[in-house]
Amino acid sequence: MYAVRRFAVRHSRFVERFYQSFERVIISLDPIFRRIGYGRLEKPVAFTEKVVKGFLFDCKMCGQCVLSSTGMSCPMNCPKTLRNGPCGGVREGGFCEVKPEMRCVWVDAWDGASRMNEGAERIKIVQPPVDRALEGSSAWLRVAREKAEAHSSVPANTGKQTIADAFKRAREFEPASAPLASEPKTASTTPERLK
Amino acid sequence: MTPLQTPEPYDPVLHPPLQPLPGHKSGSILERALRRGWFAITAELNPPDSADPRDVLKAAEPLKAVADAINATDASGANCHMSSMGICSILSRAGMGIVLQISCRDRNRIAIQGDVLGAAAMGVGNILCLTGDGVGVGDQPGAKPVFDFDCMSLLRTLKTMRDEGQFLSGRKLSTPPDIFLGAAENPCIPPYEYRAARLEKKVRAGADFIQTNYIFDVERFRTFMNQVRDMGLDKKVFILAGVGPLASAKTARWMRANVPGIHIPDTIIDRLERAAKPAEEGKKLCIDIIGQVREIEGVAGVHIMAYRREHLVGEIIEESGILKERLAAKGAPNPTPSA
Repeated sequence: MYAVRRFAVRHSRFVERFYQSFERVIISLDPIFRRIGYGRLEKPVAFTEKVVKGFLFDCKMCGQCVLSSTGMSCPMNCPKTLRNGPCGGVREGGFCEVKPEMRCVWVDAWDGASRMNEGAERIKIVQPPVDRALEGSSAWLRVAREKAEAHSSVPANTGKQTIADAFKRAREFEPASAPLASEPKTASTTPERLK
Repeated sequence: MTPLQTPEPYDPVLHPPLQPLPGHKSGSILERALRRGWFAITAELNPPDSADPRDVLKAAEPLKAVADAINATDASGANCHMSSMGICSILSRAGMGIVLQISCRDRNRIAIQGDVLGAAAMGVGNILCLTGDGVGVGDQPGAKPVFDFDCMSLLRTLKTMRDEGQFLSGRKLSTPPDIFLGAAENPCIPPYEYRAARLEKKVRAGADFIQTNYIFDVERFRTFMNQVRDMGLDKKVFILAGVGPLASAKTARWMRANVPGIHIPDTIIDRLERAAKPAEEGKKLCIDIIGQVREIEGVAGVHIMAYRREHLVGEIIEESGILKERLAAKGAPNPTPSA
């Protein structure tokens, strides 16, 4: 909802703090998730995530959430789905080029970032293009897998590794933005043979 | 249709792309001019709605003598015209310096990375990475907007291709493209306070040069350049200020209302309105703005967008005195791209 997502941007500092604690909880749950099986968890968690983040941020379930780097304004609400800042068509007063009745998602993003602790620095980091194969999957579970597998030696997928290297800074803060950890079958729409 | 006649037919084997000079990223003449400290000139070509290559050469005729590189637009304003790749193939055969514009609106990452290799093989030395206007403002608003990349991830991808010799998939390139990477910036529209920060992000993403959108509000541009210099960005990237002649007050109003991202102050429109010969005044105004932006520290050149007024580009450059000064200061011939 437009009003709620703008509320979240206005209260980005609180949302940021909440999210940081929430992320720690999610990551600490990795051993339990692993026991249950990420594959089995994918559907219910993705559903919950869609409902909660859909209400709060008009989340589009790109599966690679970078809200903490975009001032708590979801970049997928930009009609051009820009992940790195506004386009050159922003209207007077900070309104969207494509949807003139909507505030530019990125004008809001910078506004939100300026109120956050780390947001103002993180918004400067160049974000990678989204992996469209991960659309609809849970970013929460992906964050847990990424952080948990960060220190284990996972056989690198060359394609993913190149993106991860090219967007190293983005991965430092939001590893799910260019994920390297293994994906459960249910989380990706890319057929196994193409991986 | 008679075969295309060009002064020197381009043969990629006999005339390979210029080799980069030491420390240069491409063989581009534009890069050479900028690195020599010359005030560079680029000009936008009006793409034809035609399949005749002569129309491209005709449109390039008034630009090639004065520009270090000609911009081949990629369906700007989301209006369909001959593709930027098509234009590049014709201009590169004629030996001209080109800026290939790539908009993220119409093609996905597979198409774009392939095009970049093709362009570099043709001798294109400069690529301008753009987000692109929304499809809604163009002649085919029902088209599917792609936006697989945004301008920043596109820049970083092309930088990876050039510097790491890899596609984004990790597959190796046997010969990476030697390209000078460009991006756009629009200093005169909101959010003003973040435009310089956005420029910094483009530099981080990989931009070597910047071509701005139209500057009609020199004061606003000056404020932007102050921020740019404070951040030290003018030392990291070459900034070319976008300028262009307006035909009349009516055109100016139409552009302001209908073309995304164009800010024209009322004072400019008043000046055109009061003029006895608005077209002449529009040209004079353009020359005035060139004079003013040249005075601003950190501006490395101008990018002339003379939509449907290409015939004026030669006069504008001539009267602004850029080339004359270049000759006088360096005692060297103008590195015309047509040479």
